[in-house]
Amino acid sequence: MVKSEEELSWKDLEVGCVVNEAGNASQYKTGDWRSMRPIWDTAKCIRCGVCYIFCPDMAIRKTDEGYFEADLYYCKGCGICAQECITSCITMVEEEE
Amino acid sequence: MGERVGIEVSIAAAEAVKMANTDVIAAYPITPQTHIVEHLSELVADGELDAEFIPVESEHSAMSVCCGSSAVGARTFTCTSSQGLALMNEIVFIAPSLRLPIVMILANRSMSGPLSIWNDHTDVMSIRDCGWIQIFTENGQEVFDHVMFAFRVAENSSVSLPVIVNLDGFVLTHVIEPIEFWDKETVKQYLPDFKPVNQLHPDNPVTMGAFGLPSIFTEAKKAQDEALINSKSEILKAWKEMGDLVGRYYKPVETYQLDGSETVFLTIGSFGETVSVAVDELRAQGKSVGQVKLRLWRPFPFDEFREAVRGVKRIIVIDRAISYGGPGGPVASEIRSVLYQEENMPVITNFLCGFAGRDVTSDDYISMYEKTEQMAKGKVTQEDYIIYGVRE
Repeated sequence: MVKSEEELSWKDLEVGCVVNEAGNASQYKTGDWRSMRPIWDTAKCIRCGVCYIFCPDMAIRKTDEGYFEADLYYCKGCGICAQECITSCITMVEEEE
Repeated sequence: MGERVGIEVSIAAAEAVKMANTDVIAAYPITPQTHIVEHLSELVADGELDAEFIPVESEHSAMSVCCGSSAVGARTFTCTSSQGLALMNEIVFIAPSLRLPIVMILANRSMSGPLSIWNDHTDVMSIRDCGWIQIFTENGQEVFDHVMFAFRVAENSSVSLPVIVNLDGFVLTHVIEPIEFWDKETVKQYLPDFKPVNQLHPDNPVTMGAFGLPSIFTEAKKAQDEALINSKSEILKAWKEMGDLVGRYYKPVETYQLDGSETVFLTIGSFGETVSVAVDELRAQGKSVGQVKLRLWRPFPFDEFREAVRGVKRIIVIDRAISYGGPGGPVASEIRSVLYQEENMPVITNFLCGFAGRDVTSDDYISMYEKTEQMAKGKVTQEDYIIYGVRE
């Protein structure tokens, strides 16, 4: 990405606004949609990976210790992980800007 | 040079689409466009044209198929009228925004209701702002020539926009006229192979029709507007080269008996020929009358039009559609805007006539001229449009 979308002039656009780079959805920051963020309590977590499987945006990754955490560039704060967690180790907390 | 044959204009139009070596035709039959599509269907079924003829279930699907086939790089044609155009409306706006060079013949017919199958311009005027290149034709030869022209302009890599060729339903579609066909060599010389600017292909994946946030939408529209404005240079070039090849030179604004005329008729489409007869009759009576015909409707030929009417005192605009409760006919409304604040702005009268195929004769145009002379003595405003011949 040379310029962000806000910096593009009409002359910079491809003919017909074609997106000619495959897989570019990964550049789209969806994290700023979030009003709540998931927090893991590692004392309760059994490292089962249910949160990882259910995350609709693949925004949960495994840490070196085998626990899980959200990739906040993508996490929209939907709360599905917290809902599905078997041990209720995930809490959704307010984003404070 | 090709052969001159007596042929129904619809059949000639279909033959032109065949000679242009079209790859995909997706269309749904609707009066008065039917003969064009039927004949193309026969040509494909008989193996005379190696193309995919896709008999869709609606015009919405027809234009959707056209977008898809054009996007993969196939030379694409469709054809419709009136209600069919209305049904495909959603996708009509998509094609130019994706810069897909589809060619469509629009056999102009009135929009219902009352239900009607006959000719006027209420269909095409409903999509005035859809972003296609739009041209009007006056006779069968112009239709044949402009099928080649449309593909040539649309597919030019600097243009890459869809083109609508308007012809009047029945008045043109169903009449037999002498039409000079192009020979194969001329077509080949005039119309290069289609090389799309962007192409859907698994080897090089691209996204067409992506979501545009408010942060980019304005820029996208500006780019589309510039593309349509800039298509004019290629349009002029394509007409010039056609003239050099087949001897018929077309212009964005055509004129008839214009030199020094105080009053001019302004027409689009096939009514122009009857108006020319009226002009001859009025000239024979010693009146200073001429005619201007708009061939290119989008992009609007501002310079050529202003130049054509320079010094003219009165313009009689003939409209074939109505803007209910608005500024009268859409053509007159635009002409007023184009000339607004010009020095010595002419008096513009606006006659709305020929709705749903009602005949308008040269005598009727002479009456409109006389009425204009009378009206021009006072002030004529936009709301003073006249629905000509209506029974009170």
